[in-house]
Amino acid sequence: MVATFEPKQEYRVIGTRPIRHDGYDKVTGRAIYGADVKMPGMVWADALRSPHAHAIIKSVDTSEAESLPGVLAVATAADMPALEGKEVDLGEGTVNFKWASDNILASDKALYAGHVIAAVAAIDRNTAQEAIKRIEVEYEPLPSATNVAEALADDAPVLLLDLQGNDLGEKVSNTNMAAHNRHELGNPEKGFEQCSLIVEREFTMQMVHQGYIEPHNATAFWDEEDRIRIWTSTQGAFPVRKQTAGLLDLDESRLKVTPLEIGGGFGGKIPVYLEPIAAILSRKSGRPVKMVMDRKNVFEATGPAPGGKVRVKIGVDDNGKIIAATSDIYFEAGAYPGSAVGAAEQCVFACYDIPHTRIDSYDVVVNKPKSAAYRAPGSPQVAMATESVVDEICEKKGWDKIDFRLKNAAKEGTRRADGPIYPRIGLIETLEASQKSPHWNAPLDPDPDNGRKRGRGIAAGYWFNVGLKSAVNLSVNEDGVVSLVEGSTDIGGTRASVAMQAAEVLGLEAHEVRPVVADTESIGYTDVTGGSRVCYATGYAAFIAANNLADEMKKRAAMLWGIDVSDVHFQDGVFSSKTDPELNLHFRELAGKLGDTGGAVTSTGSVDLEDAGGGFGVHIADVDVDPETGKTDVTRYTVVQDAGKAIHPAYVEGQMQGGAVQGIGWALNEEYYMENDGVMANSTFLDYRMPTSLDLPNIETIIVEVPNPIHPFGVRGVGEVPIAPPLATVANAIHDAVGVRLLETPMKAGNIVEALEKENS
Amino acid sequence: MAQVFIPFNLRKHTEGVTELGVPGKTLGQVIDNLEKKFPGIKESLVEDGKLKPGVSAVCGHAATRRGLLQPLEENTEVHFVPAISGGTGTL
Repeated sequence: MVATFEPKQEYRVIGTRPIRHDGYDKVTGRAIYGADVKMPGMVWADALRSPHAHAIIKSVDTSEAESLPGVLAVATAADMPALEGKEVDLGEGTVNFKWASDNILASDKALYAGHVIAAVAAIDRNTAQEAIKRIEVEYEPLPSATNVAEALADDAPVLLLDLQGNDLGEKVSNTNMAAHNRHELGNPEKGFEQCSLIVEREFTMQMVHQGYIEPHNATAFWDEEDRIRIWTSTQGAFPVRKQTAGLLDLDESRLKVTPLEIGGGFGGKIPVYLEPIAAILSRKSGRPVKMVMDRKNVFEATGPAPGGKVRVKIGVDDNGKIIAATSDIYFEAGAYPGSAVGAAEQCVFACYDIPHTRIDSYDVVVNKPKSAAYRAPGSPQVAMATESVVDEICEKKGWDKIDFRLKNAAKEGTRRADGPIYPRIGLIETLEASQKSPHWNAPLDPDPDNGRKRGRGIAAGYWFNVGLKSAVNLSVNEDGVVSLVEGSTDIGGTRASVAMQAAEVLGLEAHEVRPVVADTESIGYTDVTGGSRVCYATGYAAFIAANNLADEMKKRAAMLWGIDVSDVHFQDGVFSSKTDPELNLHFRELAGKLGDTGGAVTSTGSVDLEDAGGGFGVHIADVDVDPETGKTDVTRYTVVQDAGKAIHPAYVEGQMQGGAVQGIGWALNEEYYMENDGVMANSTFLDYRMPTSLDLPNIETIIVEVPNPIHPFGVRGVGEVPIAPPLATVANAIHDAVGVRLLETPMKAGNIVEALEKENS
Repeated sequence: MAQVFIPFNLRKHTEGVTELGVPGKTLGQVIDNLEKKFPGIKESLVEDGKLKPGVSAVCGHAATRRGLLQPLEENTEVHFVPAISGGTGTL
């Protein structure tokens, strides 16, 4: 049973912009990150990585490394337990322990350049790095396949000989195609027959990385009782515990994981890479072992977003209605199965009400690092395709781009192409807000200066916004301040937004609820910070815990006043007698009088929530393009998004801006540039060009609030939606500026010039 | 009676049937009754007494968090879709 709410319009704390609880620690450098961890007896470890994109590992000789003075332990795949190839649920996503183990320490084959072959723990980092140079590995290099076309070619090298693919329910072997799924609604062929215009395009997209500033790190200590303590930068301490325990074949309760502050994750810090290796080296050396990746390791060996191909075909009638649409989505899973193609197939037509659809999706293994979640995994790639085709249809038919979207927009009761029917959603309101926005209504000079061309683009995007499990503990201090313990890593200000929801219930100020992100032994199971779920789900847990706390405080007030608890009323932070107006105490005052009423007042709240009902965004971009050089500058950008209810509007705006900026980088610059030998050529931030504040204008934001009826304050989640529309928004703006439609990302200068030359010839 | 939508990849078990009413007060009961009608289909949906990892059951508007224990009201739609993010997500 799902509880429904009619959210209030006026709040005391919610909707305000207090300073974040962790703000001073972050800006003064006091906050502790993984690289700051130091402990007595701690040693360093580093890893030897494959230089080959695809090779058989014929032998690994570590004897010379082990004899180097200062070396304490060496680990190879032989130290990992043999595991069953079985999918295990991680909350948001699954893990196959056999493949995950092989990804962490390669056994028989290296499947991408950067794949770990062995690791060494030594008294210091330099000694560890010197030792790994002395490990001798005999490789038999194999041909590599680094994109879906190469991997699906008839003569493609097969990466995983034990992979059993699933082709529309039929098992297939000797293949790089891990999965082929289909969704079908209505009759697309008959639908296309009713159309007066059909547009079909194929888009090619390169793999990109989340580009978090803080590299992966882990420190582990395996003690004499076979208990393992881990300190790490992660989006979820409990999923780290589950993965590491599974990979080491141990009971979960033997592990205690302490999440440190996180310098960005965006989905990429859900899988584990270093934790099991550090733990094994700790067991072998008897010392706490610390590992920190460098940037090259992060690019080459941690999970990026899949590149691939997306083909979209959309047909419309003369009334401006979309009648039929089909899509084929091919994603690079990386070296092991499991790209975000399942989410992509659910997102590709999610913005529209289309009676006839077919969606085919393909999960393809390639010689690149195993892909991972990246902010709305799979949605940006398919939005690039769908929204570019929608733009082209509007151009060809001469239709207004927002009116067309409004006419076809998904709304409550619309059946999404993969089957489910939408509950209350806010796409129409978001489109209407875009239509009224200052940006959309501002004049556009198509020829600004110096031969540059200016254009404006618009696109929409969708993400589910998941729920999952969260727990919150509260306790009252004598001074009336409430301690809040949660298990959600704070990314983007969630400490504040969770604490504010408890403060709202308790009638306190935001700073009077002090949030702490705890380790796996100090709070109940909490899923990852991902899926845009923390403000929604952990906030809901805080709401429950706060109400439970208020109920306990009522009992204490009744005891102090010598009345029945049913006679105690609580509102806006004040406990009062329903019958005696003289009896009233503010929460703070009552907190100071609890001494003889039965010990500490504590409470807990836990939830396992369904999806938040879906979030939509619409983006508008102005770009200047130099037709001579292809250089493209974003000159104005607006993000319009339904947040349900913005608990802390500044952090909602921050998420909207951050998502847009990452999407603009993905659109214009970012890519895994692979050499012919399958090695990434641009594994530094110098060559992997992410936008900085100097490259972009201020990102304007418009928050739309269509309350989510299954959350007490109407929260929907905001973090992922804003990366869905930018690729198509920028592509459509470039088309508006120079008249060519880019069918690939990144839309870098050279590609634009090439497209213009092709158009002109 | 729940209204169950059969995913494309499992239609080989249902002789092409795409949608049907299946009795049951919980998702588990519905899947058991589906198995009685179409032997072999349960294996693709359930593993170790739980929904298979990577498989998500949308009951009504949202993916259930109660798994096979999810209560189903009369005419609730049930869709089996790939779980969001990660995993091969195949049915």
